Amino acid sequence: MADFRIGDMNGVRDGDHWLVRPRTIRRLWAGFVVLLALTVFAQAVVPIKSYFGIDGWLSFAAAFGFLSCVFMVLLAKALGALLKRKDDYYDA
Amino acid sequence: MPEAWPPGLLMAVGAMLIGMLRGSARTAVVLILPVLALSAVWQVPDGVGATAEFLGRVIELAEGSPVRRLFATIFALMAFAGGLFSFRHAPRQELAAATLYAAAAIGVCFAGDLISLFLWWEVMAIASTVVVWCGDRPASRAAGLRYAVMHVIGGALLMTGIAAHAVATGSVDIEPMLADSPASWMILAGLLVNVAAPPVSAWLADAYPESSPTGAVFLSAYTTKAAVLALILLFPGEPVLMAVGTYMIFYGIVYALLENDARRILAYSIVNQVGFMVCAIGIGSQVAINGAAAHAFAHIIYKALLFMSAGVVVYRTGLQKCTELGGLFRTMPLTAACGIIGALSISGFPLTSGFTTKTLISEAAKSNGLVMLYFLLAAASAGVFLHAGIKFPWFVFFQKDSGLRPNDAPWNMAAAMLLFSFLCLLIGVYPQPLYALLPYPVDYDPYTAGNVLFYLQLLLFSGLAFFLMLPLMKRTLTITLDFDWFWRVALARLGTQALGALDAIAAGIGRVGRSHGRLLTGWARRHFGEDGAFSRSWPIGTTALWMALLLSGYVLIHYL
Repeated sequence: MADFRIGDMNGVRDGDHWLVRPRTIRRLWAGFVVLLALTVFAQAVVPIKSYFGIDGWLSFAAAFGFLSCVFMVLLAKALGALLKRKDDYYDA
Repeated sequence: MPEAWPPGLLMAVGAMLIGMLRGSARTAVVLILPVLALSAVWQVPDGVGATAEFLGRVIELAEGSPVRRLFATIFALMAFAGGLFSFRHAPRQELAAATLYAAAAIGVCFAGDLISLFLWWEVMAIASTVVVWCGDRPASRAAGLRYAVMHVIGGALLMTGIAAHAVATGSVDIEPMLADSPASWMILAGLLVNVAAPPVSAWLADAYPESSPTGAVFLSAYTTKAAVLALILLFPGEPVLMAVGTYMIFYGIVYALLENDARRILAYSIVNQVGFMVCAIGIGSQVAINGAAAHAFAHIIYKALLFMSAGVVVYRTGLQKCTELGGLFRTMPLTAACGIIGALSISGFPLTSGFTTKTLISEAAKSNGLVMLYFLLAAASAGVFLHAGIKFPWFVFFQKDSGLRPNDAPWNMAAAMLLFSFLCLLIGVYPQPLYALLPYPVDYDPYTAGNVLFYLQLLLFSGLAFFLMLPLMKRTLTITLDFDWFWRVALARLGTQALGALDAIAAGIGRVGRSHGRLLTGWARRHFGEDGAFSRSWPIGTTALWMALLLSGYVLIHYL
């Protein structure tokens, strides 16, 4: 289950910069989710012109963007398993 | 009025001056020269201007056209912003080399024939190598050498291609061609080396991050985009470029996702962005060429801006690995803000320059009915936001608190970043002046409600994917192997083995030599020694006798 903390903000206390306080981060996430929902529902009002059929579906771009990214990250992970080396590889 | 100097030549002379001058005189030249060059660029008329004779062929020193002027304009603008960014920090050699580099790129823009194109091309290679070396660390020297070797090979391919083309067609004119003969294939290969096409893409991400904080800003602009212009002029509509470009796009994304070095992330994303342009040139329609040219223009600005932002971080902290950085937004708000504007622009976020230029390329794929390519480009746009748009600012300026509290940018670096941030937003909000400079008339409005919504959905959900998958993207102290492994490691091993084999052979010869040595030296002393037959001085008479004998022998054999 994805946890709604941004990254690993280690050592974050309430006394730290306001932008990294847990409360701000919770609010940022809430705002972000609302924004995401808005862009999808806006399609009911603003039609996206379809050129190839599928690209006019409701939330097509959202799903396509999200899944492309998941695929690319996993592809990078797989390639990384094969091709990653310590960063002094060429100096050794 | 005497004929105006070709702008590239003007700038090259200025670069020499920069190398010789000191103090405020040098600063004045660094900042005023690009402005002079820009005004010279806009005085180059359409068609062939100055000509000269070289190797029995007519050389066209300056040929103008809208697309050539467009590229030269952004090259000159870049020289100004780069000069402003670096004049207080870069060593003299770097400023001179970077200006010569810009001069050569502008020279390429107006080269009217393949020979002058090649000459400027090589000046560009040499000057940029010096810029890499000005990184002034052992790693920069080694990377610069690898960079130089790669460009020497590229130059050799280009030159062989040009020579073969000249012999086959009798012409060295720059005109559209297709890769349909060995000569044109070699020219294409030479150009593709400079756009960092496969399998040699690695030179770019190898060399650029090893340059100085200021040098990378120049490097990010010229070599690849001059090659994009050359491809537009020589190979518009060459189908193989679509495949090459698509490979570059996804190569850039995947390698940048795996990368830990902040400036290397940006270097990989150059390959990615230039991939979009190469793809567009492969499509070859008027909309596509407009897209490639407009995107190159916008790309130089936001990519330089990103390298400036990263450059300030390197300049202030001496660090460039994501694992060592983080949380810098606290004390570097301006650098972070400018970096974010550059990152949003490269991602093609609405209201930034990437949106008004990159969507032209998608539009071209659409109108040419290239369904597959269109969806690949859309996926790639999402991937750009992922690997550069969020990843770069996130890991450098946010992520975790690294404990670093560096000062924000010095005033001149801040000014250069603000200038380019402004241009990113200006082209994003008001693209019409840029559209007017494009080679073909533009009938395209990026700001239809549907188009904006499409890209907002695509990009914002990519952002969601990034933050949900953050644990998968934890930075590690690693590099990622590339094709260059074959020449950096495999070839080196092969070489060591070959040397080993040679050693073994030599040792064998030595053994044989020792056993037969005495015999051999005795024989040699007899014949070549002080009184030996071969070292005695012979009377002329004897020589004449021998010559007569040999000659009569020859005549005899001839008649037999």
